[in-house]
Amino acid sequence: MQELVTRAKELLKDGTVTRVLGWKNGDLSYNPEPAFFETEEALSDFVYNGFCGANLSKYMIEASKKEGKTLVFLKPCDSYSFNQLLKEHRVDREKAYIIGVGCKGKLDIEAIKKQGIKGIETIKGAEMTDACDTLEISTIYGDKTVSYDDVMLSRCYSCKGKEHVIFDEQMLESRDTATKGRFDEVEAIEKMSPEEKFEFFRKELSKCIRCNACRNVCPACSCRKCVFDSNKFDSAQKANVDTFQENMFHIIRAFHVAGRCTDCGECSRVCPQGIPLHLFNRKFIKDINEFYGDYVAGEDIDAEAPLTHFEFTDREPNEERG
Amino acid sequence: MPLNENEFRPKIVAFCCNWCSYAGADLAGSSRLSYPADVKIIKVPCSCRVNPMFILRAFEKGADGVILCGCHPGDCHYSTGNYYARRRMTLLFSMLEYLGIEKGRTRVEWVSAAEGVKFSQTMNEFVETIRSLGKNVRLGDLRCKN
Amino acid sequence: MFKIAKNNLPALFRKIKEQRELYLPIRAAEQVNYGVYTEDADVALETLKTVKSPKDAFFPQSETLYTCNKEENKWSITPEELQSQEFVVFGIKGCDVKGIEVLDRVFLSEPVDTFYKARRDHGILVALACNEPEDSCFCKAFGIDCTDPKADVATWFVEDYLYWNPLTDKGNALTEAVKELLEEADDSKVKEQQEATKKIVEKLPYMSISLDGWNGDVLTEKFESPLWEELYKPCLACGTCTFVCPTCQCYDIKDYNTGNGVQRYRCWDSCMYSDFTMMAHGNNRNSQMQRFRQRFMHKLVYFPANNDGMYSCVGCGRCVDKCPSALNIVKVIKAFSKEGGEK
Repeated sequence: MQELVTRAKELLKDGTVTRVLGWKNGDLSYNPEPAFFETEEALSDFVYNGFCGANLSKYMIEASKKEGKTLVFLKPCDSYSFNQLLKEHRVDREKAYIIGVGCKGKLDIEAIKKQGIKGIETIKGAEMTDACDTLEISTIYGDKTVSYDDVMLSRCYSCKGKEHVIFDEQMLESRDTATKGRFDEVEAIEKMSPEEKFEFFRKELSKCIRCNACRNVCPACSCRKCVFDSNKFDSAQKANVDTFQENMFHIIRAFHVAGRCTDCGECSRVCPQGIPLHLFNRKFIKDINEFYGDYVAGEDIDAEAPLTHFEFTDREPNEERG
Repeated sequence: MPLNENEFRPKIVAFCCNWCSYAGADLAGSSRLSYPADVKIIKVPCSCRVNPMFILRAFEKGADGVILCGCHPGDCHYSTGNYYARRRMTLLFSMLEYLGIEKGRTRVEWVSAAEGVKFSQTMNEFVETIRSLGKNVRLGDLRCKN
Repeated sequence: MFKIAKNNLPALFRKIKEQRELYLPIRAAEQVNYGVYTEDADVALETLKTVKSPKDAFFPQSETLYTCNKEENKWSITPEELQSQEFVVFGIKGCDVKGIEVLDRVFLSEPVDTFYKARRDHGILVALACNEPEDSCFCKAFGIDCTDPKADVATWFVEDYLYWNPLTDKGNALTEAVKELLEEADDSKVKEQQEATKKIVEKLPYMSISLDGWNGDVLTEKFESPLWEELYKPCLACGTCTFVCPTCQCYDIKDYNTGNGVQRYRCWDSCMYSDFTMMAHGNNRNSQMQRFRQRFMHKLVYFPANNDGMYSCVGCGRCVDKCPSALNIVKVIKAFSKEGGEK
């Protein structure tokens, strides 16, 4: 991590960049927050470890409107989001200096707590210099250890890969974390009967509190004003008044980002109710791959986007899935 | 077809494009071809004017089935509108099926201005399908039901 | 004081349910929230923090106020009925009990909110003391003793028993109704448990934060601080913190077109949202920094200024756990005291 700080200081000093977008140490051992640093001194709070799950691409929309270049640290999956935003002209390549940082899988504090670990004082083993196989956690109830691979964010188990699709330079090593197929969960649901599917999604979506965290964290949700924030919109914007409203928000949101969602998994990470929201986006990604050929949003900025393109021979909507 | 009072009369919304399908419905009418009165037609400029929200709104307000009709691929008044609509509806319908909404409740048909017969047949079939599926209970706003 | 064996709790719940609706923490799809007790509900009373606070029981996220219906060109207006049946909220923690006190200040002062009042009049609070508070808890900073919650009935889990101590008339009435299941007990075990928990509280990192410098008289000083400009930056403007909060009380009133009428309902609003307090002239706060500042100023300055020094934060720590950007009120308080210290 220290090499990131050193490099950031160099770039600030020689005037290449005017600010640094990274993560800042939290006040607990597991809650770093996204932060802008404008001076070399401020960088003493910089941190990059297993708890830095936040995707910084979204902050680049605002940073692109500012004077001067911003140095941004992007993990492999974040670089897809940045590229997609670039394709949509929402960020300015000239305003960004991208350091692609390695990723050894990001940790989920909820998963750690689910293992029965309470009263956490310090957590060791989550630094990028660590092997990232075991976490040593000291708590007020004594010392505990957990396997790193048991407490990652769900997205890391079906990681797209550890290659950056856009960067100015790369730093730090990655570690392969994928153990599951990306579409395993979607396939399992597809196999259910209509009643089971309905039941499954009702159970999950009825937890939704419409805090809009999934939307606001999503790099693809970059509209200046969301349709759901319009006061002329005859629908509940901030409360799930009934089951239909729950369904509609998530269907429409997933549809709005269909073909643009890079599957960064932020929506599922931030959901306070732990709704597996990526299941909606991945369903669209899977369908697009099956119906219109493999497409990875954010991989290639010149590729034809699936929903703004068509073939004369496209399948018919009524066709049964073959 | 005579119906007794207790028989289920579904509510069907048909989005028809101005240039082909709406004219097809007109032709069905002037040719005295019948189709059930359960079908309520909403005229849209082009099938690609229909965004996913329209479909969901129809269900919200109490529709039991929604059908989208447009020009045959290649015949769109605006050249390519229906090709985009085709992709969008393919994905949306697949998503609704994924959420456990019966697939039969949504449908897309291409009906030209000359196909009065096809229009009437399609609507008869669709109403029959919806009648067998019964009331839409999974995707409607309860507040609209009273 | 009374007690009941833990494995006899289902019988207690059934007994309560005979006469009153019962709300308690229920696990559904891996998350614990307050819900209505049913035979097959997965009751998770040992959960320290439900995702949403129990404020829903008195101030639901959305509720219909009245319905207008048109039938054959005649309009009828049906007001929603007020709560008239008694109900029990079971397992509410000390911080959340205090949260309801905060809501009382808002909804029970003139003009009284009739919907809220009806629920408060008919609701019986059965509080449960905390045994193992977590790192994100900071109730002590607000003078709350999580080992000794003050509600209609206070309860404690000690070993294999739930200890039960009625504190009010409502609590006595409920105790009377379930008396056949309770047995007399002395409070020595409870005292031991309380001492043990207090030792844990001492060790938790947030419990000792200082609220010095936060009161109703520091409006200008805090409002104009340049720190806000720094602190708000990672905020994504979602409403998570406000919707999991036990004391956030802002709401919006909206109409829904049902096709043959209108349903007027109110739902929680969040000061983080861009259309919050939108008026004909536009918006009062049009930058995220202003919205972010509003939330904390309201909790720590405006509310105490209007309510005899009572803060509208109770230190439950839900926002600490749930913020997508790991921001929270503790970080704000700490940032200000750090600044004060450096001066």
